[in-house]
Amino acid sequence: MSFDASTARGDLILTRITKSYGDFKAVDDLSLTIPKGSFFALLGPSGCGKTTTLRMIAGLEEPTVGSIHLGETDITTTKPYQRPINTVFQNYALFPHLTIFENIAFGLRRRGVKDVDAEVNKVLNLVELPHLAGRKPTQLSGGQQQRIALARAIVNRPALLLLDEPLGALDLKLRRQMQIELKWIQKEVGLTFVHVTHDQEEAMTMADTIAVMNEGQIEQMGSPADLYDNPETAFVANFLGQSNLIKGTISGNDGDSLVADLYGQKISLPKSRSHATDNSIYAGIRPEKFRISLLNTPVSGNVLSGGHIEDVSYIGVSTQYQVAMPWGQELIVFEQNDDGVAPFKKGDAVNISWEPIFTFALRGDEDVTAGSEVNPEVLDEE
Amino acid sequence: MSKKIADPTIPRIPAAAKFQRWFGRNLIRVYMVIAFTYLFIPVAYTFAFSFNDAGKSNLIWKGFTFRNWQNPCGAPEVCSALANSIKIGFLATLFATILGTMIAFAIGRHQFKGRSTSNLLIFLPMATPEIVLGASLLSLFLVFKINPGFWPTVIAHVMFCISFVVVTVKARIASLDPRLEQAAMDLYANEFETFRRVTLPLVAPGIAGAALLAFSLSFDDFIITNFNSGTVITFPKFVYTAAARGIPAQANVIGSGMFFLALAIVLAGQFVNGRKAR
Amino acid sequence: MGKIRTPYLLLLPGFGFLFTFFILPILNLAQTSTQTPVGGGDTGQYEQTFRFQNYIDAFVDNKEQFARSFIYAIIATILALMISYPLAYAIAFKAGKYKNFLLVLVVAPFFTSFLLRTVAWKQILGEEGFVVPTLRSLGIISQSTTLTSTSFAVVMGMTYNFLPFMTLPLYASIDRIDPRTLEASGDLYANAFTTFRKVTLPLSMPGVVAGTLLTFIPAAGDYVNASILGSPNTKMIGNVIESRYFKIVDYPTAAALSFTLMAAILILVTIYIRKAGTEELV
Repeated sequence: MSFDASTARGDLILTRITKSYGDFKAVDDLSLTIPKGSFFALLGPSGCGKTTTLRMIAGLEEPTVGSIHLGETDITTTKPYQRPINTVFQNYALFPHLTIFENIAFGLRRRGVKDVDAEVNKVLNLVELPHLAGRKPTQLSGGQQQRIALARAIVNRPALLLLDEPLGALDLKLRRQMQIELKWIQKEVGLTFVHVTHDQEEAMTMADTIAVMNEGQIEQMGSPADLYDNPETAFVANFLGQSNLIKGTISGNDGDSLVADLYGQKISLPKSRSHATDNSIYAGIRPEKFRISLLNTPVSGNVLSGGHIEDVSYIGVSTQYQVAMPWGQELIVFEQNDDGVAPFKKGDAVNISWEPIFTFALRGDEDVTAGSEVNPEVLDEE
Repeated sequence: MSKKIADPTIPRIPAAAKFQRWFGRNLIRVYMVIAFTYLFIPVAYTFAFSFNDAGKSNLIWKGFTFRNWQNPCGAPEVCSALANSIKIGFLATLFATILGTMIAFAIGRHQFKGRSTSNLLIFLPMATPEIVLGASLLSLFLVFKINPGFWPTVIAHVMFCISFVVVTVKARIASLDPRLEQAAMDLYANEFETFRRVTLPLVAPGIAGAALLAFSLSFDDFIITNFNSGTVITFPKFVYTAAARGIPAQANVIGSGMFFLALAIVLAGQFVNGRKAR
Repeated sequence: MGKIRTPYLLLLPGFGFLFTFFILPILNLAQTSTQTPVGGGDTGQYEQTFRFQNYIDAFVDNKEQFARSFIYAIIATILALMISYPLAYAIAFKAGKYKNFLLVLVVAPFFTSFLLRTVAWKQILGEEGFVVPTLRSLGIISQSTTLTSTSFAVVMGMTYNFLPFMTLPLYASIDRIDPRTLEASGDLYANAFTTFRKVTLPLSMPGVVAGTLLTFIPAAGDYVNASILGSPNTKMIGNVIESRYFKIVDYPTAAALSFTLMAAILILVTIYIRKAGTEELV
């Protein structure tokens, strides 16, 4: 076996990758650097090109143009078995004819590693399933299969571990538990994890860095908090959580802040969070950043007045309000239920206020519905 | 069920509805009993008459004996015919399985020009009546001055078994999750290793099933064999020629023996599969 | 790279074999079918004269046997369908954990030799068997009626012998039907019969088509049932081809008959597939 690329280590660098199928570009001129040792998530709706990107990194597809480097080594066209990269497949792809032990030993044996037994047992202990070594994959529960698939990949100590919707087949509770466990294991073994998912909560829980993909391109990349608090496009604002986007114009400049006019009401927002290119903007505020108050209650910060409670839904930890504004838009507000009963009723006349620093601004010519369509992939699995 | 509680507050299901439900549930059972009786009558008959204390002709029940089972080769030619059938069946199965599996992998795993033509070529022998297959092959042998006999029969059997092997193995390949092979490649197995360690073991049950099918088709074939075997007597040929003057009870012994053997193989296979699945 | 060549290399031995021992013989048969006896030659010596009249002669001389072959085969196919459908349905939907076991039971009778079973039917239906005396004493058939050597016996034998070819494809396609679709049909105001006609039957159509073809084709070319269970009055086209070959050594006529049979089957099958509206066969 010749392993030229197999010893490669370092950052993963994708340079101007395009993958076309006929006229359709699944991945469109994508460049990306994934630093060594990070937990990186590719997040996007189905068909955004995230899985194709992952398959190109794994070597299961070849890019139409562009190059992939691992550290100094060009791995664009090397075979999957010549790359120090392993994958945890969607639905796991455990070999049904082999025992759990042999499944995990598979890669070690192909690479001619000497002490297979010790390595396998070590990783079985890491995923806390040493008692299952002799079983067949079909005898395991979904969560156990998931851990074995992970063990089978990390036992090889790859430079890069790819996770393709690894938790998609698990139920919600187990998924939460596995998210925490995966994060812990990544710290424990210190490998670079690249995680593909359409579940924004999953990406935010685990990843250090998230790249949000849409139509074969990266919309925005950054830490979970960055992306959430300071989205640059409507797609990111809507795909990661919910956003209230209100049309307006920039009317003034005040030091580090900008003053915007939203349907005749003045608000202020930090310059660092404005991604507008001219005076026309969409001001964005996350629903939980809003506060609702009755008309006679004093408020601070940005205020939009003239609202009416349109609908109240109680969801346990919080209450969701829909507030009709004078210009016809309905704003969504989440209020924590930390003071007992929901204090507002349908029809109440209210003001909405929030801290100016929680405001972000998008270009005024954006499609405000981008990324907010119900994702059929999510519906399928939940 | 042990205690009947006559609680008047529990609404009763009307008798008519109860009867309809009983009828609907049991009609299908009654039907299955009748259908399986029909299927098994000749088998039971063959088995019963394997104990018949008949002389040469096994037409009328003359009394019970174990003699036929103790000496299944007692009647002339029965065992040599059986041996021929087994030899031909074994060789035909071997070649048909190898050739058919290769075709199945080509069609099932690759995209290439002429794929649909290939499917047609596989389908045609199955859609051609046996008598045409047998007669046409005999004509060809006669043109090339090849006398019918053992090897022409093997060739004929390979020819009509290939298609069945292809169809069976192809179905198994189609049900294979392509991600398993990708996972093997991902785990440092090259193309050959992937085939040997993952693809082949997973397709193996399909190949085994195809081989069993090929053997039983070959073993049971009469029409094509009759055209191409010349003086070689196979078991079905023996039964056919003996039918006119009465079949010796030893043939029933062999037929019943084959039945129980095949049944045991299939049930054992199911048992193994059932345990694996659990 | 070798990748493009791989499928062709895999196909080569098998298709080489099929070409030599399937296509070539059929072409050769076509060639034989228009030959005529060599003037003054021995029996079995023929020369190519492109006498297409052979086909007309062969058909006219044997139209009775042709008709019989197709009528018997069609009846046997319909009977096999009627017997197999409820059986396949019951195994797919009502057998629960005995599903696999019952499937084995369907195939099991066919582990005993085809000829032994046919001979067994001959004896069961014969004068010494138990069926005829029982039916006679019950007055269902008259004292002089026999069952063997009749069209009934031949058709019954064919129905029986080709039954698994019908049951297995039917089972395969019925088993694929999601039982929830049947419940949905009931939920949407269809009674049991309408559900069957509008949901079950259309969904199992691929199995019906495959099963009927797999039964009809061998049945139309069969001659074993007719020889063992029938009489000279039930001879099928297979019997004629066999005797032309072995007894009369009239190869051209046998070849012409084979071709006519094949063509007739192909035409019928094509019409049938068109009508059934499915091109998916294998």
